[in-house]
Amino acid sequence: MTIHTDDGLATYNFAYLDEQTKRMIRRAILKGIAIPGYQVPFASREMPMPYGWGTGGVQVTAAVIGPDDVLKVIDQGADDTTNAVSIRNFFAKVAEVETTTDTATASIIQTRHRIPEEKLKEGQILVYQVPIPEPLRFLEPRETETRKMHALSEYGLMHVKLYEDIAKNGHIATTYAYPVKVEGRYVMDPSPTPKFDNPKMHMSDALQLFGAGREKRIYAIPPHTDVVSLDFEDYPFEVQTFVEPCALCAAHGVYLDEVILDDKGGRMFVCSDTDHCEKRREGGHRGHLAGDARETAQ
Amino acid sequence: MTDQPLLCVNGVSKFYGNRIGCQDVGLELWLGEVLAIVGESGSGKTTLLNCISTRLPPTAGTVSYRMRDGQMRDLYRMGEAERRFLMRTDWGFVHQNPADGLRMSVSAGANVGERLMAVGERHYGNIRETAEDWLGRVEIGLDRIDDQPRDFSGGMRQRLQIARNLVTVPRLVFMDEPTGGLDVSVQARLLDLLRGLVNDLGLAVVVVTHDLAVARLLSHRIMVMKDGAVVETGLTDRVLDDPREPYTQLLVSSILQV
Amino acid sequence: MPTPIVVSDVAKNFTMHLRGGTLIPVVEYVNLSLKAGQCTVLGGPSGAGKSSILKMLYGNYAVGEGQILVNHNGDYVDLATADPRTVLAIRRETIGYVSQFLRVVPRVSALDVAGEPLVLRGTSPEAARERAAELFARLNLPETLWELPPATFSGGEQQRVNIARGFITGHPVLLLDEPTASLDANNRAVVVEMIAEKKKAGVALLGIFHDQDVREAVADAIIDVTRFATPKTA
Repeated sequence: MTIHTDDGLATYNFAYLDEQTKRMIRRAILKGIAIPGYQVPFASREMPMPYGWGTGGVQVTAAVIGPDDVLKVIDQGADDTTNAVSIRNFFAKVAEVETTTDTATASIIQTRHRIPEEKLKEGQILVYQVPIPEPLRFLEPRETETRKMHALSEYGLMHVKLYEDIAKNGHIATTYAYPVKVEGRYVMDPSPTPKFDNPKMHMSDALQLFGAGREKRIYAIPPHTDVVSLDFEDYPFEVQTFVEPCALCAAHGVYLDEVILDDKGGRMFVCSDTDHCEKRREGGHRGHLAGDARETAQ
Repeated sequence: MTDQPLLCVNGVSKFYGNRIGCQDVGLELWLGEVLAIVGESGSGKTTLLNCISTRLPPTAGTVSYRMRDGQMRDLYRMGEAERRFLMRTDWGFVHQNPADGLRMSVSAGANVGERLMAVGERHYGNIRETAEDWLGRVEIGLDRIDDQPRDFSGGMRQRLQIARNLVTVPRLVFMDEPTGGLDVSVQARLLDLLRGLVNDLGLAVVVVTHDLAVARLLSHRIMVMKDGAVVETGLTDRVLDDPREPYTQLLVSSILQV
Repeated sequence: MPTPIVVSDVAKNFTMHLRGGTLIPVVEYVNLSLKAGQCTVLGGPSGAGKSSILKMLYGNYAVGEGQILVNHNGDYVDLATADPRTVLAIRRETIGYVSQFLRVVPRVSALDVAGEPLVLRGTSPEAARERAAELFARLNLPETLWELPPATFSGGEQQRVNIARGFITGHPVLLLDEPTASLDANNRAVVVEMIAEKKKAGVALLGIFHDQDVREAVADAIIDVTRFATPKTA
């Protein structure tokens, strides 16, 4: 399937990558699904965007997307940031797929650093953009050694990091990229999502795929897989809690971003998941700053 | 005490191309026994130590070890997973340079606790308590538990390395010039500490040293090596007080008297 | 009672490889046996090989030829050919030794140095220290020194630590290498008394004493070592 652009100059294969490449990536994905949490090496391609912009996620999405898919792209929970918008536009152009900001309608959601608040459903695919796939990297820089450690399930080192956290801060201070153990076997870096989202990975109905372009690794969590955040018996894993609800939609129990309002210390906490927030406001929920925000926007 | 040796080394040779690392070495080691391998630089003692401790596969020969269940096992026929597990539970390895045996950018407490976490200890309070206990045993102040070894002196680093190795109460510990590079008073303290720990825990130890005073103080038995071969072996005080072989006599007569 | 040690046809020489392989003969045809409850004394001038014989009996010197049969836990073991582990076991259980000089270990207190042989035989460190303290008191070692490492002690003080270390256990055989050399008359008398007690307890002793009085006070038999001298081949 070939995509012709409007000006008729360039032609692309469907979803930008050639079919051989997509097959290669799909094989890596299948292997990743078969061995949950295991980092599968793949021949990462040059993409028309710099490393760090989600080249891994884009290649995974390109390998799994079909003409009937509906794509949503979020960046830190937001649909409207540069990164999210350009990746969405990219696929609208090279795959001519429908795009959306609505979590429920999307069949594929590519994400940078968040999992949507709305519970994902069976049949949906969540594609994570991963900068550093190796959770042991900062403690053991030798890749030969970390691979061996994964192979032999030698994960004591991962707890050394958590121990250091408690020794220094009195609690586990790791708040993002919080290591998890997948299906009782592989320790995995969930990409820099806040640990708030870790419980959503556990027994998810959706398929979760992880792509690291620069590092040339793909890994996966198939639906209904056990995902446990590492912790100590006397320092159990806990997610962040927020004192105030979202200033715009009054939601409790969601992940909030801090927004600076002025240079006099004014600030508000709002949903990081913009789609979730908008839907709630459409549904009539009003936070204490909802009016002001609307005026500011207008 | 059982009458089975803990470690059996048979005909171990290591060749580096045409060069001999060590040749046809055999030894047996029992629990509670300290064996010193002495000789000058290049005599093959470190090569031998590495061959015995599975860090360097020998060209020929076998190394077998009596596991905790009493089974003698050929170490080089064991799976890597089992061998590595053995190395971080039942064995210790004290390197001459503490930086080779420590995680320099991880706190002293975590350095000691790592082996515990590696064998599945998941209670922070217990890990910390054990780490405190071991820091005390190697005479490191508890106020240093959260400091990184890069801030420690050479002697402290070496003591930390020892604690890190002994925390799982191994039965066999390898030491490669454990006091090398330390000044004399620090050496004396470390030796005394090692001697005490070895006696208290009833460890089997293979210590490589070029320092005969270290060998005399720590070891029961001594093995003198030259050009990759064992030239003399026996009870430490016998070998040092009544050396039989020309090379041993040379070695003993070369000690500076204070 | 079985004979604790039988030495037969033992010979010893040193080969000085650094001096062109010069052979230094020490002794040959050494034949002697020790009796339980008796103190045998090795006599003869310096250089006759007294100390060498004692050291061979302790496994400290290699034996050139012959046998040294030791009754070790009811079995006779040839010390001349025993492996290091057996020699260590014999030292732990059967043969005690008081050397002329104390080999000091840095940072270990006098009490612990003297108590160590007991600890090696399974006594608790506390009990061993208690027993060492009794012996120190008896040997008039100033109490201020007990907790200090003996490295800085005078010759006489170190010797008393050494004697306590040797006498603290109930080894059936005790070798004494000039234990009274640097002691005053008072403490010499104490050692003579302690040797008498060992004899009464059935210990077989073999000693070298340069001091005439002590030798006469303790010796049940004197063996002149010169009779083991290797004939000079000129």
